[in-house]
Amino acid sequence: MTKLAQWLWALALLGSAWAALTMGALGLELPSSCQEVLWPLPAYLLVSAGCYALGTVGYRVATFHDCEDAARELQSQIQEARADLARRGMRF
Amino acid sequence: MASEEASRSPPRSRQEPGRRAPRQDKYSVLLPTYNERENLPLIVWLLVKSFSQSGIDYEIIIIDDGSPDGTRDVAEQLEKIYGSNKILLRPREKKLGLGTAYIHGLKYATGNYIIIMDADLSHHPKFIPEFIRKQKEGNFDIVSGTRYKGNGGVYGWDLKRKIISRGANFITQILLRPGASDLTGSFRLYRKEVLQKLIEKCVSKGYVFQMEMIIRARQLNYTIGEVPISFVDRVYGESKLGGNEIVSFLKGLLTLFATT
Repeated sequence: MTKLAQWLWALALLGSAWAALTMGALGLELPSSCQEVLWPLPAYLLVSAGCYALGTVGYRVATFHDCEDAARELQSQIQEARADLARRGMRF
Repeated sequence: MASEEASRSPPRSRQEPGRRAPRQDKYSVLLPTYNERENLPLIVWLLVKSFSQSGIDYEIIIIDDGSPDGTRDVAEQLEKIYGSNKILLRPREKKLGLGTAYIHGLKYATGNYIIIMDADLSHHPKFIPEFIRKQKEGNFDIVSGTRYKGNGGVYGWDLKRKIISRGANFITQILLRPGASDLTGSFRLYRKEVLQKLIEKCVSKGYVFQMEMIIRARQLNYTIGEVPISFVDRVYGESKLGGNEIVSFLKGLLTLFATT
């Protein structure tokens, strides 16, 4: 099964469960407080998923390592390499 | 040269039970180049240094796609300096793409492991001994360098570039669940036969090609180890991340999402 199919299956499953509950198709008498929460639930989930995504990406951007040391090390090795190669007869 | 001595006499005798011929491992580095005359001598020097310091048997296969800047001339000089058993020149007439460059290089590789990396100095050869250690530790089929884990990181990226990179990585992880943290990186070690199999299966180009390699690897149940790397953005030459790159990345991502 492709990843797309997996997503569609999961969404269809959740969506139909939600639809069945809100429409009362199962014949369950849910208390009205439950009904009130249930009806906008997909919107809540969507918003919290969005917040999670933004929060995660933001955190990861903020904590992305800046490899200053690696860049400095490379620069000094470049000098070393040029000198060594020139000594071995390399024409740059 | 010292490195030649090292390759003739194995530095340590490693007896592995269950292996028919306990031959020494050899690592072939595939270096596709296009207009890298500044970087090529430096990357080769760093590679030779890293390999000979850790006593690893190696060869470097330079696949130059007809660079107009004289990369080939530089490569020939390097071949003279380090010897044609260490530096193998296998140029092609014109620019033909990364996937076919690897296929081309693989034909000549005599190592049982293949290392692929960029020749622009963004990937430092000092990590290769760590890749090898990691591979042996978990007997992995693939070891991938990662900028997104542990001490990994980048240098020379502005905020916009970081946001795009992290964002793209996040979406990819959610949609594809690939089992590796850095999909668009191209600093990796493969068992030779694994790379051969994967290249056969992969159809995409550019960034997406690297991504597809990992996705196919997961499908074929290959194991993947990861080593944090520092990515130092191009010292010489232009770094490329334009709108076109992003669009083709998204297209490739969605294609993989719908087909794998």
